[in-house]
Amino acid sequence: MPQEENPQEPERIPFFQRVLENPFLLLFLGVVVPTVFYILWGIMEIATIPVAQ
Amino acid sequence: MARFRVCPDSGFYFDKSAESLMKVNAVAAAVSLLVAGIMALGVILTRWQEVHLLPADLFYQALTLHGINALIFWIIFFEIAIMYFAASTLLRSRLAAPKWAWAGFVLMIIGAVMNNVAVFQGRSSVMMTSYAPMQAEPHFYLGLILFAVGALIGCFVFLGTLVIAKDEKTYEGSIPLVTFGALTACIIAVFTIACGAIILIPTFLWSIGYINHIDAAMYRLVWWGLGHSSQQINVAAHVSVWYLIAGVLFGARPMSEKVSRSAFLLYILFLQLASAHHILVDPGISSEWKVFNTSYAMYLAVLASMIHGLTVPGSVEVAQRAKGLTKGMFEWLRKAPWDNPVFSGFFLSLIIFGFIGGITGVVMGTEQINLIIHNTIYVPAHFHATVAVGTTLAFMALTYLLIPVLFRRALFLPWVAKMQPYVFSAGMTLMILFMLGAGTLGVSRRHWDMDFTGALLSFEYPGTAYVMMAVAGIGGVLAVLGGVMYLVVTVGSLVFGKKLDESAGFLQSFGLPLPAGTYNISRADPVPMAPRLAVEEHGSAGFEAPGTFVLAMALLVCFVVYYFINWDYLSSVWPLS
Repeated sequence: MPQEENPQEPERIPFFQRVLENPFLLLFLGVVVPTVFYILWGIMEIATIPVAQ
Repeated sequence: MARFRVCPDSGFYFDKSAESLMKVNAVAAAVSLLVAGIMALGVILTRWQEVHLLPADLFYQALTLHGINALIFWIIFFEIAIMYFAASTLLRSRLAAPKWAWAGFVLMIIGAVMNNVAVFQGRSSVMMTSYAPMQAEPHFYLGLILFAVGALIGCFVFLGTLVIAKDEKTYEGSIPLVTFGALTACIIAVFTIACGAIILIPTFLWSIGYINHIDAAMYRLVWWGLGHSSQQINVAAHVSVWYLIAGVLFGARPMSEKVSRSAFLLYILFLQLASAHHILVDPGISSEWKVFNTSYAMYLAVLASMIHGLTVPGSVEVAQRAKGLTKGMFEWLRKAPWDNPVFSGFFLSLIIFGFIGGITGVVMGTEQINLIIHNTIYVPAHFHATVAVGTTLAFMALTYLLIPVLFRRALFLPWVAKMQPYVFSAGMTLMILFMLGAGTLGVSRRHWDMDFTGALLSFEYPGTAYVMMAVAGIGGVLAVLGGVMYLVVTVGSLVFGKKLDESAGFLQSFGLPLPAGTYNISRADPVPMAPRLAVEEHGSAGFEAPGTFVLAMALLVCFVVYYFINWDYLSSVWPLS
């Protein structure tokens, strides 16, 4: 028999929705992802080019 | 203290400080567009080889001014206005730190003027990219840095307003989708400005002699984190504007809030990586970096654009069908208000962005077929479809919506406003299509003389390329005419437009608040009591939109055909057998 929801309990907000409702977490993700994959990875590639003799 | 007014026509709440800041940012944007448009005429009439208007030095000067004013100043001033609207008006909240917001605006103005002065002086014709080791005057870089700092302050004022609205419970549950889109634009802007700081501060120090060398490869990599991501702010902002216009004109709700918000999340995570397509032919960077950043990751952002491209017109269709326009596939579209420039501008922006900007963007982002058109005039053709039509036309449509609501003036010469989106988009589309063709034939971008007069290494383009550049020139002139029409209507409305509120005088059009008595609400209505507008709420409308799905299938067919034509063309210009 399914459990009845207690109307006194506040509605549970799904995890994904909580992520989307946190602007500072989104800001963190939106800066870190391109910084790692585009900037840092790219800088490492350029920095490891051997210097011409 | 009373600080809000309610627009009697639209029902939007305006915070006194936010209202003035929206106005001054919008006016600064229009001035930047004016400079960009005048310079566009010089550029397009020089690239039209039979006219070849400007000498080389003036051409590169005009191209620099056109690029920076159109792609940076016009767009970002307008986006700051949109962010304040999305946070303050749509959440019915007071603006956070208005004094900081004014300080940011002043810095942006000083930066924009300083940068323009540097280019007008003639020794900073380095184009928007200002690739090292080409060196501009120090105040060229300093102007950009000050502008970026000002814009960053604007971003944090936006984030602060979100915090205030949540604390003061001016809304319930999630922020509206349009505000979420503006948040996406803000996040991309922070990354963009950080990249700008990383590369432009050392470049400024190099220009005044404190640093003796800027690595060209490193500069290109980091600069494109600024240069291309700044255009991704536009994408997030103009998609938000599409949702806003659909909500205001039709009372449309998104087909699915979850899907649309997830698409914005894909933008937040992956859209900036599209910067990598500018580096696709750079030596020194591995294929792994190029393939990951331009395909696996970038396609997730493309997926997000396709979702918005489906859900925005889909939400309009659902709303129109609910009003009884259910005959056949397209009655909802045929009977849409095509003589309203807000609608025509919005819909043309959406179609041209998707069909031309989107498809060519994927072609440019594919490492192999990018080789056909890399650094040709195909590239500016693509970003005129995305930025000049997708973003600029959407912002123009929003201006027509906001002149009565924000500035409290009726549109000046409404018949010109009705025609303007058609003239602008027709001119742009003509120019873009023929520039795409010329680019496929190898015509270079940023090149003063197609004839290579007096060059040591000469090259002869086919006659078709000259014809295509001439037709592109005609389209460009028509597009500039469309831009002039927009400025005549907007500036004319602010100065001569019929006053919808007796106190909306000349100075009020340029940022001065309306008389104190107009702001007669100290706190916006709390959520449960207020009649909410569709764009201030959330909720899904469902997927009953067969006409939109037919349009989406047409887009898919166009994309597949064009994509394979490019691969076929690649096999003919670069035979592997």
